[in-house]
Amino acid sequence: MPLPAQIDTSSPKHLRDKYAIIGVGETSYTRGSGRSTRALGTWAVRNAIEDAGLRAGDVDGMLSYQSGDSTFAPFIAGDLGIRLNFYMDVFGGGSSTEALIGMAMGVIEAGMCKTVVIFRAMNGYSQVRIGGTGARSAVPVTGDMLHSRAYGWQSAGQLFSFTFMRHMYDFGTTPAQVAAVRAAHSAHASNNPKAYYKKRVSVEDVLASRIICKPLHLLDCCVETDNATAIVISSAERARDGRHPRVLIRGVAGRVCKPRADMHYQHGPISTVAGKYAREILWPNAGVGPEDIDVTGSYDAFTFTTMLQLEDYGFCKKGEGGQYVSDGSIRLGGRRPNNTSGGHLCEGYTHGMNMVIENVRQLRHDVDDSCPLGADGKRRHSYDYREGGCRQVERCEVSANLGWAMPGTGSAMVMRRD
Amino acid sequence: MSIRAEYLGMPLSIDELDGENLAFFQHCAAHDFHLQVCESCNLLRYPPTTACPWCMGQRARWVAVEGKGAVHSYTEVHHAIQPAFKASTPYLVLLVDLDTQNGKPSAEEALRVVGNLVTPEGKLAAAEAVARVGIGTRVRMVFTDVAPGLALPQWTIDDSVEQPKPWRYPQD
Repeated sequence: MPLPAQIDTSSPKHLRDKYAIIGVGETSYTRGSGRSTRALGTWAVRNAIEDAGLRAGDVDGMLSYQSGDSTFAPFIAGDLGIRLNFYMDVFGGGSSTEALIGMAMGVIEAGMCKTVVIFRAMNGYSQVRIGGTGARSAVPVTGDMLHSRAYGWQSAGQLFSFTFMRHMYDFGTTPAQVAAVRAAHSAHASNNPKAYYKKRVSVEDVLASRIICKPLHLLDCCVETDNATAIVISSAERARDGRHPRVLIRGVAGRVCKPRADMHYQHGPISTVAGKYAREILWPNAGVGPEDIDVTGSYDAFTFTTMLQLEDYGFCKKGEGGQYVSDGSIRLGGRRPNNTSGGHLCEGYTHGMNMVIENVRQLRHDVDDSCPLGADGKRRHSYDYREGGCRQVERCEVSANLGWAMPGTGSAMVMRRD
Repeated sequence: MSIRAEYLGMPLSIDELDGENLAFFQHCAAHDFHLQVCESCNLLRYPPTTACPWCMGQRARWVAVEGKGAVHSYTEVHHAIQPAFKASTPYLVLLVDLDTQNGKPSAEEALRVVGNLVTPEGKLAAAEAVARVGIGTRVRMVFTDVAPGLALPQWTIDDSVEQPKPWRYPQD
């Protein structure tokens, strides 16, 4: 790819393109997996290792993230006969994937291991529901939670809505504008055989769905699913022997916080999210800017999160996120499609990892849509984005993933095709 | 000493080692809102913290703070996820800018205190009141008694002042 002008900063330029994502894998996205998180994680990790063309003995590092709802790396490694030189299981959700990819780069750089698998395994529908109902809603309220859960302010949608509502107030963002995110992602999912929700929905469908908590309608919220996802990271040098075109990591930003991460609403403007800070690390590290990006993976736990992040990472002017997500830009065939798998709103919920997997496949020019396979096993993409058709982005060279834990915390990554 | 109580069927507790929250809710139980003020930089903070988030100061004392302010943002919950709140939908969760220390230490900051919209007696507000409140609504603090040493600070419409026209979610 033609490299864009370098932004001069103190960022670690020597790490640009030094590491690569060499394998990706997942289970199916279901409601009712009928399997333990250990079994789900094992199959996802195995699929990612096979995708990389590796064997168990080639992997010696493992990272995972979870929130008390999953298994741990030593069990997955044990099941697959992987002998680890490094592992770490961390607490966390949607800001983890990109942050852990940065950690994997760091531990390989430090000489602690050579190839790292990152996984997220969860029964987000059938066991610990990600929307917060069931067991999670009944936990005793103690200590700092007395300032939140005691007010019926507990689920992600409830906790984030102050930000969403204030963005509407500050900038005139409308419900119809953000509903366009669901419409776009559902169109993408209709071309994704793996997606849990494949039906296309309209802006009107979103606005007609029931209110969960204002400003969120049911269809502004993501799907709860059971699944596991995994990715394999190694040095770009080792990736030369891989089965796929190399997908190189340009730069990462991990778990960047607004001031007062404990109660970020103490700092304003509350309609600004952590991306405002993360972008000051991401773009200089990657040596590219928003205008260089061909496809985005802006976290869509809610329609609003996609919009807020695209805005604060600079894909449009501050306050114009509603316009950006509703003018066709983020749809397949638009100038910069977002979440071409259907994302968390439609494909399945994996706390961010499936959006990275999708962009890896986009950069390989080998996204798994319904286009026919050629004799070489690669798809012959039609770039016809009508329902049931293609979802490969044409000439896809550079991607950005924008992970989200909450308005006050986010992670991000830029990847490029070699 | 730790506190164990029940509110709307929810178990609430404060551990005996959680000195900051024990002190905060003890003042609330006396219907007297107090926040920590830093002895180094003289700034208030919310919610209770161990050190001063503005200057890392170690020492703080509890001072009375007027419970008045304006709604900065809100959510109106129609689908409660906690069993305790299912009978009370729709209910409001308010983020309120206190008048005290508003715009300090920087223009972007305020003491933003969370609470439900409640009646002056501290019960979750009925639908007619919920429909009157939005961004800008002037509110005053009241308390919901839970147990000895534990009351929740809450918000009710301040009828003693002329209300601005609130901003409400546009589908209303």
